[in-house]
This record gives sequence, structure tokens and C-alpha cells, in this order.
Amino acid sequence: MNKTINQKAWLFVIPVFVLVAFNAAIPLMTVVNYSFQETFGNNVFAWEGTRWFKQILLSERFHAALGRQIAFTFIILLIQIPLGIGIALTMPKKGWGVPVCLILMSMPLLIPWNVVGAMWNIFALPDIGFLGYTLNAIGFDYNFTQQPGDAWFTTILMDVWHWTSLVVLLSYAGLNSIQPAYYQAAEIDGASRWATFRYIELPKMKKVLTLAILLRFMDSFMIYTEPFVLTGGGPGNTTAFLSIDLVKMALGQFDLGPAAAMSLIYFFIVLLVCWVFYNLMMKNEAQS
Amino acid sequence: MAKITLKNLSHSYLEKQNNNADWALRDISIDWKDSGAYALLGPSGCGKTTLLNIVSGLLKPTKGNVLFDDKDVTTLNPVERDIAQIFQFPVIYDTMSVYDNLAFPLKNRGLSDGEIASKVKEIAEMLELTSTLKNRASGLTADGKQKISLGRGLVRSDVNVIMFDEPLTVIDPHLKWVLRSKLKELHQKINRTMIYVTHDQTEALTFADQVVVMHEGQIVQTGTPVELFEKPKHTFVGHFIGSPGMNILPCEIKNGEVNFGGQKISSHNSIKKSNFSKTQIGIRPEFINFSKEGIPVKIKRVSNTGRHKIIDTECTGGKIKILSNASTEIPSGSTHVTFNKKFTYIYGDNWIIE
Amino acid sequence: MKKYKWLVPTLYIVFLMLPIYWLINMSFKTTTEIINTYSLWPQKFTTENYVKIFTDSTWYMGYVNSITYTVFNTILSVAAALPAAYAFSRYKFLGDKHLFFWLLTNRMAPPAVFALPFFQFYSSVNLFDTHIAVALSHCLFNIPLAVWILEGFMSAVPKELDETAYVDGYSFGRFFFKIFVPTIAAGIGITMFFCFMFSWVELLLAKTLTATAAKPIAATMTRTASTSGYELGLLAAAGTLTIIPGAIVIYFVKNYIAKGFAMGRV
Repeated sequence: MNKTINQKAWLFVIPVFVLVAFNAAIPLMTVVNYSFQETFGNNVFAWEGTRWFKQILLSERFHAALGRQIAFTFIILLIQIPLGIGIALTMPKKGWGVPVCLILMSMPLLIPWNVVGAMWNIFALPDIGFLGYTLNAIGFDYNFTQQPGDAWFTTILMDVWHWTSLVVLLSYAGLNSIQPAYYQAAEIDGASRWATFRYIELPKMKKVLTLAILLRFMDSFMIYTEPFVLTGGGPGNTTAFLSIDLVKMALGQFDLGPAAAMSLIYFFIVLLVCWVFYNLMMKNEAQS
Repeated sequence: MAKITLKNLSHSYLEKQNNNADWALRDISIDWKDSGAYALLGPSGCGKTTLLNIVSGLLKPTKGNVLFDDKDVTTLNPVERDIAQIFQFPVIYDTMSVYDNLAFPLKNRGLSDGEIASKVKEIAEMLELTSTLKNRASGLTADGKQKISLGRGLVRSDVNVIMFDEPLTVIDPHLKWVLRSKLKELHQKINRTMIYVTHDQTEALTFADQVVVMHEGQIVQTGTPVELFEKPKHTFVGHFIGSPGMNILPCEIKNGEVNFGGQKISSHNSIKKSNFSKTQIGIRPEFINFSKEGIPVKIKRVSNTGRHKIIDTECTGGKIKILSNASTEIPSGSTHVTFNKKFTYIYGDNWIIE
Repeated sequence: MKKYKWLVPTLYIVFLMLPIYWLINMSFKTTTEIINTYSLWPQKFTTENYVKIFTDSTWYMGYVNSITYTVFNTILSVAAALPAAYAFSRYKFLGDKHLFFWLLTNRMAPPAVFALPFFQFYSSVNLFDTHIAVALSHCLFNIPLAVWILEGFMSAVPKELDETAYVDGYSFGRFFFKIFVPTIAAGIGITMFFCFMFSWVELLLAKTLTATAAKPIAATMTRTASTSGYELGLLAAAGTLTIIPGAIVIYFVKNYIAKGFAMGRV
């Protein structure tokens, strides 16, 4: 669309700008402020320079949390994206099945995150939970509160349960926007099911999939509430992802300086990845 | 290359059919000769795309059979039928190059790389796509893309029939001419059965040797462009083909004589039956002349299209359009007209009386 | 293969419903039964957990609180985002692209980063433990989201609509509310749905910014888990009840969900 140049448009943006700046800029300044200082309570601060940043960047605790975070995000992307596409491909295209699928599949997305955690906690408990009880009954020695492997398995399964539907809905919408003539042409050209997917469906879903990956990256990288309620970051620190570790540091130990420095590094990582993604997306849009 | 026979085809998109309106196609029977160029002409919603999709195998008909060279193919899918189809808007594989797009149907059929390369080269030359072969197909203009869709249909030498579903809809008017003549040229060059679906009479009449006119799920007439023009078998054909369309005027038949607005009219076809609920005269504006006597009319409006004049007139029996040369003097006020008997037909319940 | 295609979505839905069923199952059991016996359905069916929630004000006020700030946030986000999205979709202005990206970065900010500064900031302006504080803080991620979705819908409306209205002598305000807003009504509906959804499910900020007066239901649940031992039945009933507003909202927008996602803007 041809947009006209109009500086007065800023007037329209002011409410949004003020509201977001009020929420983002001021607290962010506080974080920056803390990150360079040491606090002794009673509003006494001492300048610390980049000490906290160095300390965080060199700390094993941060490396471990970051490592767990990357592993977690990577695994859930690897499961949710193909699974989401697969389910979208098999979903009905018309009839009564469509609203049923859409409504039931959207359910997990609208449950408060700590309820998700609590629900999975009682679902997975080895003595009274359906999942834990069943796994033990068929011979697995499963206990997510004790064994790190089981804790990871449960956390990932919970996230798959919680968020795969988002990928499904996005992919489904992408698939539905494909004109039937494409499928007919492929049929006439003798394309196999795989070729139809590879050369028609996948390219047409590119935009929504980029979005799905971006959203899932962002949200899984920021994940806090669900694993906090489910495992509390344990056993030990095995499921303490970045946010959990950060809140522990900031509110639990009140190490404001290091926590602030960690916040900034954390935010910076998310921004960097999203910025790369955003540019790729814009490049795609410019192409098509 | 094949002869195509449709036997008593009917199709409905509904599970249960209560009346005629529930059928998209009603009892269609037709023979299409090998290597002919045919057009399916009709307004939107007349069932022509449905018919095309049944021939290509994308749809299974509710009733009836499709035969290729007298072999029943009703249950076969498009690949087994070996057909090609070009759609209303260009269907291309975005991520592939132009070359890969053209090679795709051949690769799927397991041809060797050498064969593919030579075929693609041949078709690319025919369609003037050679210089863009290495480009990404998504970067081409609409007509370039439509040429690729066309190329994918033509690249296979074994196809029984090539079908076009309003292929020029998205093409710019000045390029339509270019592509249309290209198609005609291709038909002569490769000599294959081609079926062209359109709602544009010019496209149909310039492309095809035989035009099939469809109306409300039925075939109303099949014939050469000249036949359709000179002797429409159904009032719809008369009305739909020609610009302006045929004058369809109410008339009465008594004792084998045609009475229109108090005048006796002589027609080309003789009237053997007269038990119709509705009888009409059909006369094309081209075949009406001004004269001293005949049907009295009042001239209402004269519009000049450059080559022709279109005259709107009114008489006791109804409104009549007349087409005359631009150079003809048009009388003003009241005058008389006569119908050329050779091109005057009487229709009973919309069908020509024979 | 095609014949068994329905199996995949069916199995997936079963997988999605199992934990929810388990939660509902638990909510109709007494806490003693939950802890002492494993059973697929309640042996001694009881609604006492629900009765407790609906009679104890610390419980039901949690719902009122959650719904209050969620609704407030939804209205605020959409109202602010409407003119901004219009500006982004129709005009070029100094710094528009940077501003748009900056807005989106706030959707990318981990709430954990903001938890502590928010606590201090809202305390210092005397808004701590109010519905307004939570509603305002959720603007951080909901406004960028609303602007983004609405901009997508508005860009799909041809500019000729605006121009025709001006030619017909409409003032901007009249055009915007009488013609433009009804045109993108579906988009506004979807935006409200997503704002509601993200405000409803968020807990970290909501919990940090409240103590008693505006405490969300979800936070009330965490309290139960930690202080009075594991009142699992109560917890399950409260959890079940939090699913209901979401389910109602989905039911009303079901026809728009796919369309909203199709816009590629979520």
C-alpha cells in the first residue's frame, strides 16, 4: 500500500507510546541503574561499573542456566513445529470436525500458566497422577520430583501439551489459504504426497511457520510459571531455566545488581535472535 | 491424443437431489474428436468447470461415464488419464526455477534427465521462456507464470487432452491476444485434443473449431462459430452469442402461422408442433432491415459504435434492436422493418422448433 | 492411509483432554481420597470443593479480581492500539519503522526481567495491589500485540475506503467510528480475544504486583499449595474454574480464530 507521509500520525501513536514507555522504559532504566551499582538497602548505592556483567558472564551458574534454556527451547521447537504441521495436515477441512478441533485444541492456550503447571503436577505425580501412575504401572521407574531425566521429560511433555496447538492453528490457517487449484495441478502433474507437501504446502506455509517459530522461540525462552509450579526448578537446579534462575536471584536472594545485569544480558539475547528473525521475515515479505 | 466421449453425465455436489436446480450437470452426452479444438462456453455457474473437472478426473461424476478412445476411464485419477489442465490463475511452484517447474511433471513420471532436458528445452522455445529458464518462477509476471502452467501441460508428449479453465482471466488485455494466438498456433503445431473453458465468446469463437454452449448444467448447442451465430438452437445461445444478442420476441402461433404484434411473420423453420407454453421469434439485429412496409416501429435511440450503428426501436410486440452499417441512413420517428426470413427462427419453450 | 487420517487429530485431542479430565476428576474428590486412593473417577463424588470456593471470599474474589483487570486491560489495549495501528497502516512518519520494532521488542521482553522493577515502580506511584497496576503492566505485551494484529487487518482494507469517505464529506472522527471501525470489526474481535487470553493466563506480573486487594485467582491457588498443606481437591476445583472463562471466549470467537491466524498476525 502507498502510504502518505504525515508527521501528525504521531498524535495517533502517542497513547500507545506513553503506555508502553511507562511500562517498559522506566522499569528498564531501573534495571540498567541496578546493573551498574551495588545496593546496601535504604537507597544507598555504590557504582560498580561492569563488574556484575563480568561476574554473570563468567559465572558457571549462568552458563548452566543458559545451557538448559537453549537445550529446552531447541527440543520443544524440534518437537512442536513438525508435530504441529503434521496435525494441521490431518485436520478436517470442512464439516462438524472443524469447530470441534478448533475449540478443543485452543483450550490449553487459555488456561492460566500456573494452572497448567499445577494440572501437570497432579497429572504426573507417581502415586496419584494418571501419567505417573500409568508409567510406573507399565514398568517405568518414573518420578519427576526425584529424577532429573523424568523432570525434563515431564516439563517438555507439558510444554508440548500447552503450546503445540498454537503451531497447529497457525499451520492450519496457512494450509487453508492455499487455493484448490494448486492441489489439482499437483495431482495432474503426478506429484507424490511428499512432493505436494514439499513444493506446495510448505512454501505456502512459510510465513506462518516463521511466525510460529518466532513465537515459540520467544515464549519458550521466557518460560517461567509452568516449570516453576511443576518442578520448582528441581530436582536440584536441573529444570531451572533462565527466568526461574533470575527470579530466584532477584526476589529470593535479593542480589539486585547481578540479577539486573543478568536481566539485561537475557533480554539482549532474546532481542538479538528476534531481530535476526524479524529481518528475515521482512526480507521474505519484500520478496513476495 | 484421444477421442473423448461423455455418456449421460450428471453431477451434483449435494448428497440428495430434489429438483433440477440441485444438479450442477444434467445428462450430458457428447463426442469430442481426436485432436480437435473445442470450447466450452457459458456464463459463470453454468457447470462448465464442473464438466472440465470430470473430464480431467479431479471429480467423479454422480452418474454416467467418461470414455477416452472408447475405454471407460470414469474411475481413473488424473495421472492415469494422462491429461493436462491449465487453471484460471497461474499455478506455479514458487520455490522452483522455471526449468524445474517445467520438468516437474516429467520427473514425477520417472523420465531420464536427458529426456527431460530436451523436452523442457523444446517447450521453453515454443513458449519463448528460454531466457528465463534459470530464474525463480515466483519472480515472473502473470502472463509469464501462466506460460509456465501452460508449459507444464504441454511438456508431456503423451497427454490425451489439454484442458484450459478460463486461462486468460488474470492476463492483461493486450497480452490476451498474444497468448490466445500462441495457443491457436500451438494447437496446430502439436495437434492434440484441446478443451477450452470460457465465458468470453470472443475467446471461444476464435480458439475453437467446435463450440459447446452450456446453460444451467445442460448443453444447449454444439457447433461451429458460424452455426451458433446463424442458427441458434436455443434462445440462450441466440442471446448469449453476438453483440448485441438475438432479439427474442413473444409471438403467437395459430394454424401454423406466426403472428407477431398483429403481423404475419415467415420463418426459416416450419412449425409442425404448436403445443408450447411459450413461443418466441428469434431474429438477430444483423438481419433486420428498414423498409417501406412490414412491422411498424418507433426509433427510440441510435448509438454509434464506430463500425456499426445499434438502433433501439419499439413496436406493439416489444423492443427490437437493429444493427446496421455505420454508413446507413437511419430514418427518424416511425418507420417499418422486415425480418430476413432465412435467419428468422421460431422457438417453442426456448428450443428451436424442428 | 486417508481412511485413518482422523486418528491423528483425535489422538492429539485425547492427549490434550487427559490432564484436563484429571483435574476435573480431582476437583470432585475429597482431599483425603486424592491422597489415599488412585482412581479414574471419583469414588465419593463431592462438590464441597466448589462450594468452598463460592462461599469463601478470598477464593471468589480472586476470580473477580482476575476478570476485572483482564477486562480493563483488554479495553485499554485495544482503545490505545486502534489509532496507532491506523497510523502505522496508513501513514509514513518520522521513526515509524523503529517505533514499530521497539513496540514489538516489548512483546519479547521476559516478564521475569521486569518483575522487580515493576514492583518498585508501582509501589512508588502508590498503585501497588490495585487492578489498575496489573492492567497497566499487561499493556507491556498486549499493546504491541494489539497494534500488530490490528495493523494487519487495517492494511487489508483498501485506502480507497478512506478517500471515498472524505470525498463524501465525512470528518475523520465520523469516518473512523462510523465506517472504519465496523469494517474491521472481526479484527477488533480477534484482537480482544488475544488480549484477553494473554492477560488471563499471565501470572508472574499479576502476582508480583498484588498482595490481597487485587490478587488474581491463579495466585490464590499458589497460596493454597504452599501454606495449608496440599489441599489438592480445592486446588483442582479452582483450576477447573479458571478454564471456564477461556472456554467461553473460545466458543464465541471460534469462527474467527482460523481467520485471525490466517492474517499471519498473532
